[in-house]
This record gives sequence, structure tokens and C-alpha cells, in this order.
Amino acid sequence: MKIGDMTAIPEPLLEVRDLRIAIPGRQGEHLAVANIGFTVASGEILGLVGESGSGKSLSMLAVMGLLPAGMRASGSIRFKGQEILGLPERQMRRLRGGRIAMIFQDPMTALNPVLTLGAQIVETIELHNPSLSSRELRNRAIELMELVAIPAPDKRFDQYPHEFSGGMRQRIVIAIAVANDPDLLIADEPTTALDVTIQAQIVDILNRLRREKGVAIALITHDLGLVAGLADRIAILYAGRIAECGEIGAVFQRPRHPYTAGLLAAVPSIDADVARLYAIRGTPPSLADRPPGCQFNPRCPFALPRCAEYNPEFRRFGETVVACHRAEELNLASDTADAR
Amino acid sequence: MLEVVLRRLFVMPFLLLGIVTATFILAQFTKGNPLVSIIGAKALTNPEVVAAAKKRWGLDRSIPERYVIYVKNLARGDLGVSFRTKQPVLADLAQRLPATLELVICAMIVGAASGLLLGVISAQFHDRAADHAARFIALLGSCLPIYWLGLLVLFLFTVQLPWLPGPGRLDLRAEQIEPVTGFMLVDTLLVDSWNAFVDAALHLVLPALVLGWSVTGIVSRMVRASLLDVMKQDFITMARAKGASATRVLVHHALRNALIPALTILGFTFAYLITGSVLVEAIFSWPGIGSYAVEAARALDYPAITGVTIIGGLGFLIANLLTDIAYAAADPRMRGAAA
Repeated sequence: MKIGDMTAIPEPLLEVRDLRIAIPGRQGEHLAVANIGFTVASGEILGLVGESGSGKSLSMLAVMGLLPAGMRASGSIRFKGQEILGLPERQMRRLRGGRIAMIFQDPMTALNPVLTLGAQIVETIELHNPSLSSRELRNRAIELMELVAIPAPDKRFDQYPHEFSGGMRQRIVIAIAVANDPDLLIADEPTTALDVTIQAQIVDILNRLRREKGVAIALITHDLGLVAGLADRIAILYAGRIAECGEIGAVFQRPRHPYTAGLLAAVPSIDADVARLYAIRGTPPSLADRPPGCQFNPRCPFALPRCAEYNPEFRRFGETVVACHRAEELNLASDTADAR
Repeated sequence: MLEVVLRRLFVMPFLLLGIVTATFILAQFTKGNPLVSIIGAKALTNPEVVAAAKKRWGLDRSIPERYVIYVKNLARGDLGVSFRTKQPVLADLAQRLPATLELVICAMIVGAASGLLLGVISAQFHDRAADHAARFIALLGSCLPIYWLGLLVLFLFTVQLPWLPGPGRLDLRAEQIEPVTGFMLVDTLLVDSWNAFVDAALHLVLPALVLGWSVTGIVSRMVRASLLDVMKQDFITMARAKGASATRVLVHHALRNALIPALTILGFTFAYLITGSVLVEAIFSWPGIGSYAVEAARALDYPAITGVTIIGGLGFLIANLLTDIAYAAADPRMRGAAA
């Protein structure tokens, strides 16, 4: 059974199935994304969680059609029922910044240093509404700056990125992303590069956008706290595959994949009195040297011989799907504690 | 920014004095006798003529004395009188500088445009055949010696294929144009002579191409490197994520940023071309300061040599200042920054 079938909900906004992304290497191609599938419903926030190199950012770049040169994606990406993987560039351009928009990780590098912020907001509006006059464009841009709570937007309009702080720049990046009322917002670690207090403000803005504009958000992050605060559902990626995917409360309360349990256990708690912080042993596999079977088995405290033999099928538990051979028998909430 | 410009302008006279001093000292170390060009080789055996000439041209004074006199005159804008032409050096330079500037500006346009084009092609087709071809063409211009290339194109395009006129600024048989600005392209238009304008432009083609090509390599290399670097930046992906086309991303986002480092090179290039024009002027019988410098050096014409050096130094300093100003215009981060 494919994961897409299991998580299928009526008319998802975005449906990714069997996505594979190959990176050319010296000795042939490596799969950076081995098999990823998930759905995002309208107005929903899906958290995509995984370590660096787990394939979360690449998957979303594939959705945007912006994979770096040389990388190849195969499988299926459907947006509002239409297959968009391999869509001609001209049609893809209409989606980008229009129906699907993206928030970048580092606001210090995401804005063009030689253009005014106003010009950069106006550009994205104008690309999708070429008939608007320059006055209308400016007014719309200033409205957007107000939406993301930029003080004195009229004055700020003609300023350059270097005159803004990181948090302010990230607001501009968000304003650009939502400029054309997208249906889907891809947020690639939108708070990672920011101070904690600024992070909270950005989370507020994202929450408000979802509430007021009904925009669906695919939130890429490795910050479980952020996911817990924002997302409705969570997909946990490991080495280019989905490990576990389900409703946020269910996954957090009762993780069924040892990797999920490990991630949750690794979150430091202010209440727990521990001498050492928990860490999952080992490191993720390199793309060139993937282990056979379940990708997590070399690091898994519960691995059995069969885990190294073949890849686990997805199993469904209510709203959650899990790719683990032992998902039925393990009680990870307590077992992980024992495994320490 | 204004502060930076003012500071630069303030130190300029001191830098020029340094250049003058160095040139003055170096000229004294050259072997040879400037009297040969003043009174001719034959008169050297006549001690009375020699003594009179030495007194007339100040060569009987000690070197430090001569230096002080020269600098004093220089402060009043007097560059002295040429041993060879017996005219004020300032007048000689004023007469010849426009020819060089006209040539150098055209060469600059050739070098900057070709360098930009080849650099963009190289970056867009990174490591593919077009990249290698563009880099080869650009590098060739830097490798081929100007005197060889100049003679080759003269032979090819004026003798073998009589498409273009030979050396000089205008056809000698045609009606000569009275210099007003000294820029032939301007002067011909001032007298409403379209034919002469075309003639002047055609005379410029070969020397400007030869001189311009010699800097294509450095410009294209700079554009290629900085464009490749810029294209990797997040804001380029962001521009594409907005729905911008590849062309728009290149022109509107990437080039605007990539040209900032390339500007520095253009400033240096200008100074290089002013000095580098010596060979081209010699080959194409171009009556500019390059050929003037060669003649002055041959005759040990101290005032003329120093005069040319001052002009070269001044050109270099002005080019640098203009680069800084252009830098600030292109990069908002530089405005207001006291660099």
C-alpha cells in the first residue's frame, strides 16, 4: 500500500506521491529523496520534520519546480488535482508566487541587497497582476507591509534590506510570499535564523495568516516545539523517506516509530532533572552508502534482523501511518525511557 | 559618500607630488644626453653652444635646484617647455590628449561590452562548450601581443581585405578638420561633415578593437566569477519563487549585483588602457600622448616625460574616484558608508 492512499483525504490541496529526487554524483546518481508522500489539505498546517539532509527542503523545492540544476524528480506532485511535476516552465511560473509561495529560511540572504524593499514586494504583485498601475502596486505593497506589522510602511517602502533587522526582513519575506493570496505557503525553517523573541512574532503572523486568509502551510523545520505550536499534522522524514505521519497530538503522545520517539526524547525539558541530554546514537546514512532495509536500523535500539533485510511497509493506526516493522509491538512512550 | 570624495580630492595633490618626484628622480638616472635633442648632435662639439644651451634650459643647475624650480612652476600650472618641440608641455598635451581619450573611451566600450557579454555567456553555460569558447576568445585578447595583433589586423583589413582605412585619424587626402574639442567624432559633427564623421569612426575601429580586446579577458573573468557567485544566492531562488522568468532574474536581480565587483575592474582597466595605448598609437600612427611619450623618452625630453607621467597619474586617480562614485551608485550599502 502506498502512503498517499493511506493519508488520502477528500480533495487535498497538495498531494505528493512516490517522490524521488536523484542527485548526480561521481559514481552515478544518489537518491536524496527515496520515496516521500504526503498531503496538505486546504487551510491546514503540515509540519515536515527531519534532520539536515532528510530531504524535506528538497521535496518542497520540487513542489516549487526549483530544484537545483542537475537534480531530477520523479513520482507525482498534484496541486488542486493537477499534476505539476514536469509542468512547462511558463505554467509553473504562474503558480510560483501566485498559488504556491515560499518563505525562505534566512532573511539576511533572501532579499536582493540592491533593490528597495518596496520594489521587491511590488515585483511579485506585478508579475501576477501586470495590469495594475504603479500607484495601485504601491498601495497594495504598503497594505502587505501593514499586514506583517511593519511600522511606518510608507517610509519603509523606499528603504534597502541592509537598513532592516533580521526580524523585519523576515516579515518582508512573508509579505512577499502572501502578496498574491496563495493557497499554499511553503515555509522553509522560517524562524531558524531569528532570535527567540522574534521567532514568537513570526509564529504569530503565520498563525494569523492561516486564520484570516485560510492559507495552507507546509512548515519545514527541525524544531519540534515550533511544530507543536503551529501544525495540525506532522510528517517525520528520515534519510529521504517518511518515517511517520499523522495528527500532531497523536504522534506526540504515542510515537510509533523509534526515530520519532528518539526525536521527542531528545527535546530537553525544563521539568525533567537529567544529568545528560538524550541523543540518538550514530548519524544519518550518507546518500552514497545507504544501509539495506529500514534506513534507521543501524541506529535503532529496537532493530531486529529483518529490519536490515527489507524496507518496512506503511502501517496505519487511526490517523497515523508508520513505516516500522515493529510498530505494532513496541510501546515507545515507555520503551524509549528504558532504552536509555 | 561626499566626505569620501572630498577626502580623495584632498589627498590627490600629494599623490601627484609623489609621482612627480619619483619620475623626476628616475629621469635623472637615465643614461644619455638631452642636449642631443636640444641643439643636435653636431653642435655638441662646440663648447660655447653647449654652455649657452645648458644655461638656457637650466641644465647647468644642480638636480635638487632643478627639482625645486620644477615643482614651483608646476604649482602655478606650468609644466615647462619641451626640449624637443620647444613648445609648452601643457600645450603639447592639450593637443594630444583628446586623441588618446577618444581612442581609450572607444576601447573601453569595446572591452566592457565584449567582456560583459562573454562573461554572461560563460556564467549561463557554466562549464559547457559555450563557456569554454567564450573564455578562450576573452583570454586570447589578453595573450596576443598588441604590436603583433595590431599589425595583423592592419594587414588583414586594410591590405588583404580593403574594408577599413589604414593608420591615422582621418583620410589624409580628405579635407582636414580644424580641431575644436580635439575629439574627431565631435569635431566632424560640429562642422556638419557626415562623411568626415564616418571616416573618423572607421579609423577608430581597428585600434579600438585591438586595444579593447586586450582587456576583454579581465572583464569577462570578473563578470563570470561574480555572476556565478550571485546566482547561488538565496535571493535568486527567491526571485524565481516569485514567478520571475529566467531572463528577468538574470538582468534584474543577478547582473545588478554581479556588476558591482566588475566596476572595480573597469576603473583599473581605464588606467591600464591610457598607458597601454602607447603601442597601439605607435602602430596606428595615432597622434595621442602615447606616441608623444615614446618620442619624449627617446629624446630624454625631461619636461615632456614628467608631463606625460603626471597626466597618467591624474588619469589613474580620477578613474579610481569615478569607480568609487559608481560603486556607491550601484550598491546602496556603500552609500553613507565611509569606506
